Amino acid sequence: MMSFWQICINIFRTYAPSFLLGVRTTLIVSLSGTLIGLAIGLVIGGFRAVRLDYTASFAAKAVKKIFDLLTKLYIDVFRGTPMMVQAVFLYYALLNVIHWDKMTAAVAVISINTGAYMAEIIRSGIQAVDHGQTEAARSLGMSNAQTMMNVVLPQAIRNAFPAIGNEFIVNIKDSSVLMIISISDLMFQAKSIAGTTYKFEQTYFVTAAIYFVLTTAASVILNFIEKRMNNQTVSLPQSDTSPSSMALAGKKEA
Amino acid sequence: MSQDNVVEIRNIHKRFGNLEVLKGVDFSVGEGEVVCLIGKSGSGKSTLLRCINLLEKPDDGSIHVFGEDILHIRNVDAYRAKVGMCFQQFNLFSNMNVLKNCTVPQEKVLKRPKEEAEKQALYYLDKVGMKEFAHADSRNLSGGQKQRVAIARALCMSPKLMLFDEPTSALDPEMVGEVLQVMKQLAEEGLTMIVVTHEMNFAREVADRVVFMDQGVIEEQGTPEKLFTDPSSERTREFLARSIH
Repeated sequence: MMSFWQICINIFRTYAPSFLLGVRTTLIVSLSGTLIGLAIGLVIGGFRAVRLDYTASFAAKAVKKIFDLLTKLYIDVFRGTPMMVQAVFLYYALLNVIHWDKMTAAVAVISINTGAYMAEIIRSGIQAVDHGQTEAARSLGMSNAQTMMNVVLPQAIRNAFPAIGNEFIVNIKDSSVLMIISISDLMFQAKSIAGTTYKFEQTYFVTAAIYFVLTTAASVILNFIEKRMNNQTVSLPQSDTSPSSMALAGKKEA
Repeated sequence: MSQDNVVEIRNIHKRFGNLEVLKGVDFSVGEGEVVCLIGKSGSGKSTLLRCINLLEKPDDGSIHVFGEDILHIRNVDAYRAKVGMCFQQFNLFSNMNVLKNCTVPQEKVLKRPKEEAEKQALYYLDKVGMKEFAHADSRNLSGGQKQRVAIARALCMSPKLMLFDEPTSALDPEMVGEVLQVMKQLAEEGLTMIVVTHEMNFAREVADRVVFMDQGVIEEQGTPEKLFTDPSSERTREFLARSIH
């Protein structure tokens, strides 16, 4: 009689190619979903966070109001319904319209779903940037858009990076629900392996272990990037900064 | 209306909700003049300053700067580029190093080529004694250093008018001097400056005119000698008695 662990090892050895294929699909779907979701979030969150001042025209204010309402609806709907339901609904609803394949549908669903979360992450990241930064940029003559692109957004992304990275980890796990539309991700492979071997506990144990390795690796990489982002400090030159030694004072005497 | 004045303000009012901060202020600044605005917190001096570069819009009245009716101009950004402003909290862009703080606004707003922007930036950073910090992270500087960089950043835009909103109020006492010295130098070079300050010695020494504001109006204004030694208003006298030690 083989032990639980031996069966696990055997399953992993025998079905390694299938598991790896599943890992590949899971990573493709979750990584591209996170990146496209981030892009959606940057655009929507960025515009949602814009506070038009009195210099904005009436038309701009009207467009902004409509945009805010529509994006609020998008965010509420996609955060308020399960991704699994979104996946089946969108896949079948659009199948006859655009004839998409399952993989495209999976990436689209996870992107749109992530975009809703990212929009709120980016918006709150932007709102956490000190308002003085905006005032300084505007006082120098920078437009709303220039201020956003050059000053506010870079700081917002830095502030929000932990939350953005967390979305990737969540997507690695939650993309498992997309097997409902039969993409060949890790969960889908696990299901078919379990169906072949009838070793449900062991197969899903191996699957859980693989998911855990993926999320742990992702988390290590994200921490590394975060550290790099925050440690861009340059050592300061040693100099006496008392007023008497300033270049200004020196120039006057010269 | 005088054509010589850089700033010409007529009867401006500003209210925030139920609080009327400016209650009809007339104020003008001549070319090359250095004007210090003094007064208690909440007297409206910062609001007056912020109205001049349109960070606040007055509810009523008119503001002409460089002969232009700025409350009815189309391109507010182009106007703001001509007016430099320094803030109490410095507001250096924390995602950029010192040099980038000075070059990015020039490149984006004035469309200056990178080399020219850097040349200009290094010239003014040198002027405020911060050239050797050009590649330092702006977050790692002391308050006084930050404010000097902020002044250089504003000067890079070649402003014809500089506004200072309590530039030394957030500084440790030992750093106030280095910032005031830079400002004094600018004043001596003939730059038109409006300075909201609590530094009475600076006002006395550098200002051509001192304006005392109280409860949303200009209570009294005059030369520093007159205002500090022989104020005509009782309120000015009281304020000065408490501010000068």
